[in-house]
Amino acid sequence: MSSQVMEHTARKSQADDDIILSVTGLKKHFPISSGIVFQRQVGAVRAVDGISFDVVRGETLGLVGESGCGKSTTGRTILQLYRPTEGSVKFEGQELSTMAGNDLRQMRRRMQIIFQDPFASLNPRMTVGSIVSEPLQIHNIYSNKKERQQYVEQLMEKVGLNPYFINRYPHEFSGGQRQRIGIARALALEPSFIVADEPISALDVSIQAQVVNLMEELQDELNLTYLFIAHDLSMVRHICDRVAVMYLGKIVELGPVDAVYDNPQHPYTQALLSAVPVPDPGVEESRQRIIISGDLPSPATPPTGCNFNTRCPVAFDLCYQEPDPPLVEVLPNHFVSCHRVT
Amino acid sequence: MSVLLEVKDLVVRFYTQEGTVFAVNGVSFDLEEGETLGIVGESGSGKSVSSLALMGLIPSPPGKVESGTVIFEGRDLLQLKPDQMRLIRGKEIAMIFQDPMTSLNPVLTIGTQITESLKLHEGMNTSQSRKRAADLLDMVGIPDAYRRLDDYPHQFSGGMRQRVMIAMGLSCNPKLLIADEPTTALDVTIQAQIIELVKQLKDEFNMAMIWITHDLGVVAGIADRIQVMYGGRIMESGSSHEVFGDSRHPYTVGLLGSLPRLDSSGEEKLTQIEGSPPDMRNEPEGCPFAPRCDMREMLQLDKCWDQRPPLEIVPDSTGAVTHVISCWADIREGVAKHV
Ligand SMILES: Nc1ncnc2c1ncn2[C@@H]1O[C@H](COP(=O)(O)OP(=O)(O)OP(=O)(O)O)[C@@H](O)[C@H]1O
Ligand SMILES: Nc1ncnc2c1ncn2[C@@H]1O[C@H](COP(=O)(O)OP(=O)(O)O)[C@@H](O)[C@H]1O
Ligand code: SF4
Ligand code: SF4
Ligand SMILES: [Mg+2]
Ligand SMILES: [Mg+2]
Repeated sequence: MSSQVMEHTARKSQADDDIILSVTGLKKHFPISSGIVFQRQVGAVRAVDGISFDVVRGETLGLVGESGCGKSTTGRTILQLYRPTEGSVKFEGQELSTMAGNDLRQMRRRMQIIFQDPFASLNPRMTVGSIVSEPLQIHNIYSNKKERQQYVEQLMEKVGLNPYFINRYPHEFSGGQRQRIGIARALALEPSFIVADEPISALDVSIQAQVVNLMEELQDELNLTYLFIAHDLSMVRHICDRVAVMYLGKIVELGPVDAVYDNPQHPYTQALLSAVPVPDPGVEESRQRIIISGDLPSPATPPTGCNFNTRCPVAFDLCYQEPDPPLVEVLPNHFVSCHRVT
Repeated sequence: MSVLLEVKDLVVRFYTQEGTVFAVNGVSFDLEEGETLGIVGESGSGKSVSSLALMGLIPSPPGKVESGTVIFEGRDLLQLKPDQMRLIRGKEIAMIFQDPMTSLNPVLTIGTQITESLKLHEGMNTSQSRKRAADLLDMVGIPDAYRRLDDYPHQFSGGMRQRVMIAMGLSCNPKLLIADEPTTALDVTIQAQIIELVKQLKDEFNMAMIWITHDLGVVAGIADRIQVMYGGRIMESGSSHEVFGDSRHPYTVGLLGSLPRLDSSGEEKLTQIEGSPPDMRNEPEGCPFAPRCDMREMLQLDKCWDQRPPLEIVPDSTGAVTHVISCWADIREGVAKHV
């Protein structure tokens, strides 16, 4: 029952919106095996456990939540870097979950990923030029070497790197510059959709604004759509149009950023936002924190009833008796999964 | 209140194969009894090295404390012999680190690790120290504390391990607790738990505290005084209201301006500081922020390149706490100082 409600309601309802990505009932479970000789499955990590949402062309959708709640797995499953256990991913009208081979390869040109760690994600033995042009080679674009180099130089300029450095290696660049290299590479195939998985978390504070401003400029210029995964909730408010809050593999709240930040409905979102420190001693002195006790349960053994019932400060009997509450639109475009709210 | 710790002109360098790292380049500050000092700065700015230096924990080689004094209760810690220093560490000054897993011994039970220091510093026997260890774990909010003494570090979550570290840090009632990014590896809801806990314990134990972080939000909530570091130097220091509400150093102003706000919608573009943090292998001359500083450019302040600005009281200081900056410019008036 609940999954149907979710499928139906987690849409952004305006009919005239240009939906670029539509995720429905998506699950990704990782098997847990035991036994040394005969491996048998003894359980599963429910990393993503039935999520549905749409992404509108040109918007930035934020994905937030605690470590291990399934954000990266969601991003990777959408891109088919992991194949879904269940559910559908429709991108620009085409179903990806059943697509394979050359069709999938062609679709991948339109969807790219930027990683958190600009140090680990770049091959240390390749020059900037070859890193950025590698996707072009794989897809056989610009067989003319000179044209390709010109295009790579354009890309470097676009992301604020001096093309003069085209033959240098990643270790010769700072963290912020390496992230620019990663962005240039992601842009090489002119994608329409980019999953940015914690793109600024590893960067110094004074460099984060540079990269975020760049991402915003590129979005305007190239009409890019972003799925922005982050744990910095202040930055998410700044850069995103809408935000989805995840907890134990599920979306518990989804809505326009101002609505969610100014008027959070789910007890977890309320606690999460109240826990974020604000760089203003005056504000900090008068703030009321909602301290939720305990840790995140293991996604291999989620609680019965509402996923949040082991830590929720306002749980009541229904929360233990009923299945996980469905995600329901409680205010215009603002979806919440909680028995207290619906 | 009286001064508990007085650090003067601390200089620390590392002599590595890639050259000399000028990690801390003349750092001076005082800490009063019971006071919380927040040290903020980006990675590599010298926060950890300066606090390791005052605990006598700089790995040598390659590191060397080149000069400076660290007066703690009348003694210069930098002149103490290693075994004298060991008695102070853990007993009078305790330290907790970012990653509790690296500071807890994975093959010893939590109980063994806490009781060890109680036996060393407090002369307790096994049953006394186990009782006290369980009380400490209970105090930091670990359920079923007595039984959990026999568990190993990997049986605890990240947040619980940090609680264990705090319990160990507090076991001998230290006068000073140094916390180096103790919540950086934790989720924000767990971070909030730990911060509440530390605030409450700090009052109970009447400790002074140095809280090191790159998160300006965290120190805004807990520090009485803030010290902003850049390139191994203190750029600005003052009460948290002064540093956040009346920033006078171009770097502090730039840093705060580049942060988005949780509590208001951010339509405008973030103001960004151009360039990147300094390479600490270059011998520091002048102001470390000079290559990135708008104010220097605007005022054509050439001496920023080769003369070190001293740490001086802000031109029109009003606060009771000393508000100091290291800068050749008076940014409020938009003019050069000392002309
Ligand atoms: N390849 C894998 N095999 C098994 N379990 C996995 C795998 N990848 C992720 N998981 C598990 O799935 C859950 C969700 O992981 P995921 O990486 O998506 O979290 P996240 O929200 O991105 O966390 P973080 O904020 O730490 O990056 C975690 O419990 C994780 O341990
Ligand atoms: N053991 C070491 N060997 C060489 N260089 C070091 C060592 N420890 C720290 N450094 C260098 O000293 C500078 C200051 O480091 P640190 O105090 O750790 O910075 P942070 O402000 O991030 O805590 C950095 O340039 C760092 O690379
Ligand atoms: S359904 Fe119940 S337990 Fe779950 S978030 Fe709502 S009130 Fe809390
Ligand atoms: S001393 Fe000069 S370069 Fe340094 S912060 Fe002040 S104005 Fe800028
Ligand atoms: Mg992740
Ligand atoms: Mg450090």
